[in-house]
Amino acid sequence: MNQQTSNHSTSIGAGVWKRFRKHPGAIFGFVIISILIILTVFAPLSPYDPEASEITARYHPPSWIHPMGTDALGRDLFTRALYGGRISLTVGLLVVIISVTIGIPTGALAGYYGGKLDGILMRITDAFLSLPSFLVLILLSAILREVEIPLFERNNVLTISLVIGVFAWTTFARLVRATFLTLRETDFVAASRALGGSDLRIMINHILPNSIGPIIVEATLEFGYAIIEESGLSFLGFGIQPPTPSWGNLLSNAQEHFTKYPWLAIFPGLMIFLSIISINYIGDGLRDAFDPYKVLEKVGEF
Amino acid sequence: MTTYIVRRLIQTAGLLVLLSILLFALVNLAPGGPLSGQGQSRHVDPTKVELLKRQFGLDKPLPTQYLIWLIGNDWMRVDKNGDGILDSYGTRQGILRGDFGFSFRSRQPVLTEIGQRLPNTIYLTVITMLVAVLIAIPIGIISAIRQYSTFDITVTTFSFAGQAIPEFWLGLILILIFYAWLKNPFTGEPLLPPGGMTSVNSIGFDLGDRIIHLILPVLTGALGWVAWYSRFLRSSMLDVIHQDYIRTARAKGLPNWKVLYKHALRNALVPLVTLLALDLPYIFGGAIFVEILFSWPGMGRLYYQAALDRDYPILLAVLIIGASFIILSNLLADIVYAYLDPRIRFE
Repeated sequence: MNQQTSNHSTSIGAGVWKRFRKHPGAIFGFVIISILIILTVFAPLSPYDPEASEITARYHPPSWIHPMGTDALGRDLFTRALYGGRISLTVGLLVVIISVTIGIPTGALAGYYGGKLDGILMRITDAFLSLPSFLVLILLSAILREVEIPLFERNNVLTISLVIGVFAWTTFARLVRATFLTLRETDFVAASRALGGSDLRIMINHILPNSIGPIIVEATLEFGYAIIEESGLSFLGFGIQPPTPSWGNLLSNAQEHFTKYPWLAIFPGLMIFLSIISINYIGDGLRDAFDPYKVLEKVGEF
Repeated sequence: MTTYIVRRLIQTAGLLVLLSILLFALVNLAPGGPLSGQGQSRHVDPTKVELLKRQFGLDKPLPTQYLIWLIGNDWMRVDKNGDGILDSYGTRQGILRGDFGFSFRSRQPVLTEIGQRLPNTIYLTVITMLVAVLIAIPIGIISAIRQYSTFDITVTTFSFAGQAIPEFWLGLILILIFYAWLKNPFTGEPLLPPGGMTSVNSIGFDLGDRIIHLILPVLTGALGWVAWYSRFLRSSMLDVIHQDYIRTARAKGLPNWKVLYKHALRNALVPLVTLLALDLPYIFGGAIFVEILFSWPGMGRLYYQAALDRDYPILLAVLIIGASFIILSNLLADIVYAYLDPRIRFE
C-alpha cells in the first residue's frame, strides 16, 4: 500500500512539474527569485560593509563600482539591498512556517471533529478576519518596538515574522477545514477507521494530502504578502529597525532626499517589485499545475 | 428567515464583544501599560505615577477597567484627585455611548479628531475607487471577450505588475516623474504638486486646484485596484459567457453586442458589486501609504501619527470602529444573500 501511495504521488508530482514548466510566467518568476536568493546568500562576498559609513563616498550615483549608488553615509546601496533581501526573504519564509503551523492543525481539528470545537475555532478565525489586519500589525509592532524581550529585541526578524504570521494563518485554517469537512464522511476514511486507523493517522495520512495543492499555492502567495507587509511596516518605521537594512526601511530613508538622489528610491522598490511579481507568477503557475480538473483528466488516462 | 437573522445577530454581537476584549487586553497588557508611551522624562516620582493611575482608574482590576471603557463610569464614585478617597461621580460615558475618551496628544475627544479626518479620507478613497472601477470595467470586458488576444495578454501582464507594485514605491516614483522631472512647459514649475489637498495660497473652492492635487494620490491608490478588479471582472465575464443562457440568447439570433452587454455583462457585474461592497468598510482605516506620501490629512495619517505617539485612545477607537464596519457589512451581505437564496438559511 505504501508502495502504491508513493507511486501515485510521484506521478501527480511529476505532472505538476510538467505543467508548471509550460507556464512562461512561472518560469520567469522561478528564475528571478532564484537569482535573488543566490545573490542574497552570497551577499557577504561584497567588498563593502552594509552598515559602516564611508564619508568620502556620500551620494555617489550608480556606477560600475557601486551598481546602485551610495547613500547619505556613503554605504553601497547594492550591498545594503542584498542584506535587506536576506531580511525580507527570511521574514517571508518564517511567516509561511508560522502561519502553516497554526493554520493547518486548527483547520484540521475544526473540520474533522466539527460540532462545538469547530464552532469555537471558527469564531476565533472570524475574529481575526474581521480586523483591519495591517492597522493591527502597526499597533503590535509599535508596542513591540519599545520592548526588550530576549530573542525578540526591538522588532528583529523573529518579532516581525511572528506579528505577521499570527494574522496570516486564517487562510490556511479555512482551506484545510473545507477539505476535512468534505472528506471526513467519504468511504476511504470510513474504511481506514474500520481497519483501526487512529484519528491522527486518518487526518495526517489520508485527508491532509488531498489539500496539499491549495496549501502550496496559498503558501507561495503568503510568502509574497509577508514581504509586502514587512516592507510596509519597515517603510513606516515600525518594522526592521535601522541600521539593519531592509527593503522597506531603505525606501523610508530615501524619502528625505529622493528627488535629488533618485537611485535611493528606485532600487530598493525595484527589489520588492521583482520579488513580488516573481512569487505571484510562481503561485499562478502552481495553481494551474495543481488544477484538480487537469489532475483528474490525467488520472483518467491511466 | 427571522430565526436566521436572529442567529446571525447573536453571533455578530458575540464577535464584537470578543474583539473588543482582545483589543482592550492588547493595549492594556502592553509592557509598561497604556501610559508607557507618555511621560518622556526619566525621573518620574513614583508617588505621582500612583496618583495618576488612581485618577485614570488604572489601579482597578482589568475586567473592571474594561467595563468602564465599555459603559462608562458616570454611575459610580471615582477618585478624582487621586488621594485614595472616592469623592465624586465619573464623567466617562463608555464607547457604547460613543465616548472614546480623549487623545493623549491633542487632548481633544477622539471622535472630534476622527470627525475632522474622515471626510478627507472618504473624499480621496471614493474618487480613487470610482476611477479604478471605471478603468477596470472596460479592461475586464475586452480581456474576456478577446481572450488570449494581444490586448488580453498585455493587460494581464500589466495587471500582474500592478498587483506587485507596493503603493509606497509607486507613490515615490510618481512624485519623482511628475514633480521632480517633468516641468510645466509654460511656467517651468513642477508639473504636479507633490502633496496636500489644495495649494497653500488658494482661496475658497478652486476645482482645478483640487483636481491637480488629486491626480497623483488617486493614481497611486488606484493602480492596485484596477489590476485586481479587472482580473476579477475578466474571470467572472468568462464564467458567464460559457453559460447556457448565453448560448440560448445567441441561438435566438440576438446581435453579438446585445448578448454581451445586456445578458452577459449584467450578470458578470454582480460579483464585482459584491466585492466592492465588501471592500467599502476598509475605507474607514484610510489609505495609509498614500496619505503619508502625499501629506493628505486623513484617517491613515491620523492612525500613523497615533501609532508613533502610542496614542492608545485613538488607536483603539479606529480599530474598534473599523472592525465594526467590517463585521456589520459582512452581516448585511449574509442577510441579503439569505434573502435571495433560501438554501443558505437552513445550513
